[in-house]
Amino acid sequence: MSTQTSGRLLVRAAGPGVTIQDAGRCGSLRFGVTPAGPMDERAFIAANQAVGAPRGAAAIEVSLGGVELVTSGETIGLAIAGGDFDIRLDGARLPCACALPLEPGASLTIRAGRSGSWCYVAVAGRIDLPPALGSLATHTRSGMGGLEGRGLRAGDALPLAGLAPPRGPLAIDAPWLAASGAPIRVLLGPQADYFTHEAIDEFLSARWRLSPRSDRMAYRLEGPRLSHAKGHDIVSDGVALGAIQVPGDGAPLVLMADRQPTGGYPKIANVIGADIGRLAQTRPGEEISFVAVSIEEAVAARRALAEAIAAGVRLRPQGGELSTELLLSANLIGGVADAYGSLEPE
Amino acid sequence: MRYPAPRCLDAGEAALVVEFGDSVDPAINAGVLALDAALRAAPLVGIVETVPTYRSLMIHYDPLALGRAALVAHIEAMETRGVAERPPRVRWIIPCCYDPPHGEDLAAAGESLSLSPERVAALHAGGDYRAYMYGFAPGWCYLGGLPPALAVPRRAAPRAPTPKGAVLIGGGLSLIGADPMPTGWYVVGRTPERLIALERDPPFFVNVGDALRFEPVDDARFRALAERSAGGEIVARREMLDARP
Repeated sequence: MSTQTSGRLLVRAAGPGVTIQDAGRCGSLRFGVTPAGPMDERAFIAANQAVGAPRGAAAIEVSLGGVELVTSGETIGLAIAGGDFDIRLDGARLPCACALPLEPGASLTIRAGRSGSWCYVAVAGRIDLPPALGSLATHTRSGMGGLEGRGLRAGDALPLAGLAPPRGPLAIDAPWLAASGAPIRVLLGPQADYFTHEAIDEFLSARWRLSPRSDRMAYRLEGPRLSHAKGHDIVSDGVALGAIQVPGDGAPLVLMADRQPTGGYPKIANVIGADIGRLAQTRPGEEISFVAVSIEEAVAARRALAEAIAAGVRLRPQGGELSTELLLSANLIGGVADAYGSLEPE
Repeated sequence: MRYPAPRCLDAGEAALVVEFGDSVDPAINAGVLALDAALRAAPLVGIVETVPTYRSLMIHYDPLALGRAALVAHIEAMETRGVAERPPRVRWIIPCCYDPPHGEDLAAAGESLSLSPERVAALHAGGDYRAYMYGFAPGWCYLGGLPPALAVPRRAAPRAPTPKGAVLIGGGLSLIGADPMPTGWYVVGRTPERLIALERDPPFFVNVGDALRFEPVDDARFRALAERSAGGEIVARREMLDARP
């Protein structure tokens, strides 16, 4: 086995909106810097866990536009998790959450599948690019992070370092990624008092449709127009992930990973942290509804999700029954190395 | 109006808005900056990041490490003890070229204000400013202290993307831009300084709460300074205002 630990992941094709993301850019919000980071952090972490990478390590965020990846030289260990995308290795279908070795000459294609808007390709190793303000998260509007601050396109070569042995193909079990049609939970405020009671009732009872004009910055909602009680101009204040802002036209939008850190429209509510990833996976045209919860419920849901994620993903043979011997927690690297001793580095 | 006591509002379960008042006002902003400085001087475990704005401080926190009640109690205790409000300790002298072709919208702003373009430039250059907040895009810094005669409303429709380093006025405030963006404000001049430069250490140097003045420069000087700024130098001059005995 080669002892080479660097390699290159080559982009043979990429739709719009395929970017490199890590856990996000923190510490510079006060200077107007957008945090960026993954749209669905739950799936992003699951992919990193499955390759034994740190949970915030840079990965490729794949949009509905899809991507085709190849490599030259070294076999690269990859893991994919997110929506129900159509994933093929040299044409053979793989589970939508899987770990796989990408060998030289083989081609990995990821296309929009039955549901979900984003998936993540994590690398057993690291994407070796220079960080901007301490992060590799791509924010295309400001041209910051990732590869030259832009989305990936055909012909790009991503330098990789610290390659670890590949695993699989194996299916990833990450129970917290299970799809759910439950309403998205929100905490009302911080400017719910800028809206009439009728507008708040309407916001919580309406069936909203996600607009095709949605992107990493904002998910626009189509439905009733919400009336402001005190006008729509507030003095700009901070904007949290998941803030639901209602500008003058009364059409709400949810501010997502690429939000500006400050903004000037009243925010009727804020999506709770535990439901942001689920909202992110909604597709344009799909319906969404909201339900108000208390801060205690929001924190409990956040804790439950954090605990589920901390327990780690499990890997099993694709299509196979869940066997006790192969029920491995991927964040226990030792356990994985033992079971797949033949894949250990020389 | 400044509230008798700050209001704590939830922006989801992981961010708290501490609101000091309902308007853009130096006294309200002073409260925001004082709490921000106090929290940064003695960080509380669980606070992730703070974002000062005109009239409120957003505190991003990890609710699994720091409960809301404990955070609010900490802030209230600090407020009760009296968080020190102090005048700015640093003033930046920002070079600004108001001459053609840089003061693109001086005439348009002047028309709206019934002032000559030269008067708009002179009034702007005579102002005593304070950095209130960043926003809109990386390195875009909003300034209080605009002379009231320059309080032009924002345009109904955005203008074409601003030049790099645009100095703008709108809605009773001034603003230093970074990268080009479309905006409803008026470009009165342009600075060769870069408030954000990722390759420079530090990438940002004007902190919220700092004082600023503009120093008019001609086009030749603008170009010379822009070259130095592009090379990674900070061309704004720093004055220390802290004259403690």
